[in-house]
Amino acid sequence: MKLHIDVEKKLGAFSLQVKADISGEKTGIFGDSGSGKSTLVHLISGLMQPDKGEIILNEQCLFSTHQKINISAAQRRIAIVFQQPMLFPHLSVKANLLYGFKRCHTENRLIKPDALIDLLKLQPLLLRGVEHLSGGEKQRVALGRAVLANPRLLLMDEPLSALDDTLRFQIIPYLRSVSEEFRIPYLFISHSMTEMQLMTDHILEIENGRCIDETTPEQLARDRMAKSQKGYLNLLHLSSPRHENGLYIYTWGRNTLFISAGQQTEKSLFELSSREIILFKKHPEAISARNLLECRVAEMFESDERVGVVLSANGEKIVAEIVRQAADELNINTGATLFAAIKASSFRRLA
Amino acid sequence: MLLAPEDITAIWLSIKVALTATVLSLPFGFTVAWLIVFKPFKGKVFLEVLVNLPLTLPPVVIGFFLLLLLGKNGWIGKLLIEYGIALIFTWKAAVIASATVGFPLLVRSIRLGMESIDRQLLDASRSLGAHWYDTLLTIILPLSLRGILAGSSLMFARSLGEFGATIIVAGNIPGITQTIPLAIYDYASSPSSTTMALSLCMVSVVISVTVLFLHELLNRQLDRKRAL
Repeated sequence: MKLHIDVEKKLGAFSLQVKADISGEKTGIFGDSGSGKSTLVHLISGLMQPDKGEIILNEQCLFSTHQKINISAAQRRIAIVFQQPMLFPHLSVKANLLYGFKRCHTENRLIKPDALIDLLKLQPLLLRGVEHLSGGEKQRVALGRAVLANPRLLLMDEPLSALDDTLRFQIIPYLRSVSEEFRIPYLFISHSMTEMQLMTDHILEIENGRCIDETTPEQLARDRMAKSQKGYLNLLHLSSPRHENGLYIYTWGRNTLFISAGQQTEKSLFELSSREIILFKKHPEAISARNLLECRVAEMFESDERVGVVLSANGEKIVAEIVRQAADELNINTGATLFAAIKASSFRRLA
Repeated sequence: MLLAPEDITAIWLSIKVALTATVLSLPFGFTVAWLIVFKPFKGKVFLEVLVNLPLTLPPVVIGFFLLLLLGKNGWIGKLLIEYGIALIFTWKAAVIASATVGFPLLVRSIRLGMESIDRQLLDASRSLGAHWYDTLLTIILPLSLRGILAGSSLMFARSLGEFGATIIVAGNIPGITQTIPLAIYDYASSPSSTTMALSLCMVSVVISVTVLFLHELLNRQLDRKRAL
């Protein structure tokens, strides 16, 4: 997918001026509330018209003030998953799902309803009215409806922000698997760093209606480490734990992790803040933290007055955060050996 | 209950006039409400004032304007006579009078229904490939059904009670243009016909209650359909 945007739009006191060339299948648009992310979604999809500029998707001009082109939203084949599911309340789940599919030209109907219904596990919901679905089910139907319109590009405009944490991380695997299975490129709009790390591999950062940076989720997480409330968030995919003495014991590469908030499920996703990791130069002998990992410093990076220490524990990477002063006092350098202590309760289970 | 053969005619004529006025006004009322709610255009305020004017004007004034417009020497009247159509003092004039007086009620109700539709539903529909007319028919129309229903009931009831404008453009000709209110007016003028007037009043109450019941019933059916 190649998307060229060079647009200007004034909305009252707010003005958006974005120029960017986006390529790749999983692009994130990251920015705080009010930065102009949703306006950008409206401009790309054709629901709003720019004052000036051009939008070109895969060599096709969708909008150009110069060439006087403005392809309508209905003809752009850009589907949107909104913050709220926005299901049509007078239609059944099935009719909602097929709304876009029926309006798609036969030659473009590459994704078939049955395959999608299976993937999103929607079969039991098909004949129900949409008012009786849970929040997560509604968003799954909304996703299915958008995908079945067989779009050239899928815009996900903060699709998870209306859901609570548990549901949010239940939906993410669906979002990812749908786009991977059916090869639909997407723009994922969010202000959540975790969602960006899980959903995207390339990011446009928007601030005050301007595109201020093009980066990767990893780089953005590192840059925002000092500013962010939770620091750098390490995401760990762990599976099949043992349960002993009130703790869940997971295998993490060649390491073992003791986690309080574990669950006897096949796969779990945990979040570990960089600020929850304490570093020791020597083995601390006796310590209450249940996890003590011998690590090698693989890399170090700066984020304002903080230092990010990328630790390699038998090949598995996590990022710890220390203040500049601590880094100097402990004389931490790349290649040094450290001991990382992590409390069993520091891991937060996301899914 | 005492009803003369002319009263029966008046009852059927009332229902016919009210029904025709409502059915004919529906597409226009829907279009005007849609324009006001969803389409930005210059002069929208004038359209709103024009639509609501019959609500504030005395029906007699409306009847008089209609008479000037549709009469032999009126702008539209002249044109119609060329095609051999005479409206004044026919039941069709009563339909026009009822439609004019009830139109603002119809538009107001449909408009309320449309205003409660989340705009993002329309955005969703458009981004899924629906053109404006498709969105209008498949999203706006079904989601305004409650407003349409309420507006139609109100307009039908208002048309049943129409008096002032009707008596001026359609007259009060028994068997031809005499509707229930006009017949009651006739009976009420002579002291000996109180029972006859009362009988027609009862019929009015029965029709009105039936309309309200029907409205509630259809509303519940809409609720039930959505609850599935």
